[in-house]
Amino acid sequence: MAGKTLYDKLWDDHLVKQRDDGSALIYIDRHLLHEVTSPQAFEGLRLADRKPWRLDANLATPDHNVPTTDRVRGIDGIDDPVSRIQVETLDKNCDEFGILEFKILDQRQGIVHVIGPEQGATLPGMTIVCGDSHTSTHGAFGTLAHGIGTSEVEHVLATQCLVQQKMKNMLVKVNGALRPGVTGKDVVLAIIGKIGTAGGTGYAIEFGGEAIHSLSMEGRMTICNMSIEAGARVGMVAVDDTTINYVKGRPYSPKGENWDLAVSAWRDLHSDADAVFDKVVELEGADILPQVTWGTSPEMVVGVDGIVPDPDKESDPIKREGIVRALRYMGLAANTPVQDIQLDRVFIGSCTNSRIEDLREAAAVVKGRKVAASLKQAMVVPGSGLVKAQAEQEGLDKVFIEAGLEWRDPGCSMCLAMNADKLGQGEHCASTSNRNFEGRQGFGGRTHLVSPAMAAAAAIAGHFTDVRDYL
Amino acid sequence: MRKFNQHSGIAAPIDRNNVDTDMIIPKQFLKSIKRTGFGPNLFDELRYLDEGKPDQDSSQRPINPDFVLNQSRYAGASVMLARRNFGCGSSREHAPWALDDYGFRVVIAPSFADIFYNNCFKNGLLPIVLDENIVDRLFDECASNEGYQLSIDLPAQTVTTPSGETFSFDVDAFRKHCLINGLDDIGVTLEDSALIKSYEAERRKQSPWLFDSFTHS
Ligand code: SF4
Repeated sequence: MAGKTLYDKLWDDHLVKQRDDGSALIYIDRHLLHEVTSPQAFEGLRLADRKPWRLDANLATPDHNVPTTDRVRGIDGIDDPVSRIQVETLDKNCDEFGILEFKILDQRQGIVHVIGPEQGATLPGMTIVCGDSHTSTHGAFGTLAHGIGTSEVEHVLATQCLVQQKMKNMLVKVNGALRPGVTGKDVVLAIIGKIGTAGGTGYAIEFGGEAIHSLSMEGRMTICNMSIEAGARVGMVAVDDTTINYVKGRPYSPKGENWDLAVSAWRDLHSDADAVFDKVVELEGADILPQVTWGTSPEMVVGVDGIVPDPDKESDPIKREGIVRALRYMGLAANTPVQDIQLDRVFIGSCTNSRIEDLREAAAVVKGRKVAASLKQAMVVPGSGLVKAQAEQEGLDKVFIEAGLEWRDPGCSMCLAMNADKLGQGEHCASTSNRNFEGRQGFGGRTHLVSPAMAAAAAIAGHFTDVRDYL
Repeated sequence: MRKFNQHSGIAAPIDRNNVDTDMIIPKQFLKSIKRTGFGPNLFDELRYLDEGKPDQDSSQRPINPDFVLNQSRYAGASVMLARRNFGCGSSREHAPWALDDYGFRVVIAPSFADIFYNNCFKNGLLPIVLDENIVDRLFDECASNEGYQLSIDLPAQTVTTPSGETFSFDVDAFRKHCLINGLDDIGVTLEDSALIKSYEAERRKQSPWLFDSFTHS
């Protein structure tokens, strides 16, 4: 019998019941909640007079709607009354049901996908769900983690289980070493460029190969975070020493005897050597350049020395129409070098790239330099209160401020512009987030996805430029 | 949940690949804490010429006459024809809520994003995957025939065109059962409470660290 993939192991380990019709009940170890996708789920529980199955599996925090300035005012600082109600509703629901929540004034508050790992609430071998598609981030720890809808949030609260269909296995292998200046973000954008935004649909992707295992946990999280942009709900990396060292000593990670027990179990969290994948995709690390998206889908991406494509050269009519539409929306002419795209704003943040290492990489580029006068705004939004504190301890805040970037309070911010931070119509933004969809960062806004270092270099130049000239 | 058995309705074509859930319902409308009322803001940025805000009377807004759903021939449409990878991006269940609130009951596409596909079933909305060349033909027929209607039979797993041509589709047995009977998933799962409890007890023994995590600090 062939060996098991990491996904097979995680699946088998959490299987409560296999039903005859192919669906299965899967046990959920950790459930993360935020204010946008949970209110209707709590309401559903109340209407059906149901209680959460297991309180200590849940952790909540507000992140999407919180303001990133003047945080000391707490909830009163949320000017938009509709946003405020949503954050208040989360507080009320967590208090009423007894769920642990890091509220807006708690230093541990932050983007759910940043605080889970930071707190040790994300542990190898777990199943982790959240009403947010970027829950795939946690797969970096050898977990089975994915986004769910609000009905499923309610289902997990009520039953601690999910009804699932087993997915297929895909291995994305990045061989060899990465070039200097190339980060996890560039790797995942290159993967999406290769397999397309639906390339992973129906699959659980395991990222492997030397280039992946040489990355820090931050880099791996960035890659798993964006597996949903390749269509895969689940992205994973096998557990190794890097994983275990990261988890050790976190507030909620196991201690004492339990730590040793846990580590010995975690050592098995990798695909067996003879495991069979339904699909294997390979990339050479050395071929990957810093990446820039030019269009309105993450697959519309080129290397930093690339040009915006020409629809006349595309033979598939639906794709050609897609390129024409994207160019129109982005206000770009075919064949423009991406380095000629002039920028209005720069956003460094989001659950993809707002961890301490991301901020260090960006700070190293802007240190001793000044943001281009042509920019309207360049901002840095740390992923959590603890990332913020750590960065300030290292003096990164001063580096950013001296270079002319704004230093903000933690939250999702301009990643999806549900709070006050957004793009104006027609503005081009170099963004370290994960989605360049139409209107994502503000009505008519034009998003280009890049790594933190590339965003920092773009802030200095006022247009895209090869970050490797800044290192 | 509303039951789904048979449905016939006017088809409306959304002719682009990779329609994401941000496009189906933009983020400013996610601030609601309700499940209903999203219909007027379905495809808001394509449908209106101004920027939509929550709590606004959309009937007073300037509409984009070029957008499919604003054309009188598609008034009352309840079957959506869509392209590849429909519903990609954010997991927001507000997307199926908005489609449902607008009046759609069925979405037909060559492929769907996983989370969206799953969310549809939880809300009595039926996503149907048909071969790309069949979907192409439905698009063509829909464009050239005003009032083009499709009939969907879930128990028989078929889509039938006005000329009587019938296509079958696949649907997972459990989801079909829940949809036809309007079953609440949670109720079905809780019938297995005892199994869940015994799994949990075993897990607590094997992996105790998973159960003390929020208590020791
Ligand atoms: S940072 Fe952006 S992508 Fe991440 S959870 Fe927040 S809104 Fe979603």
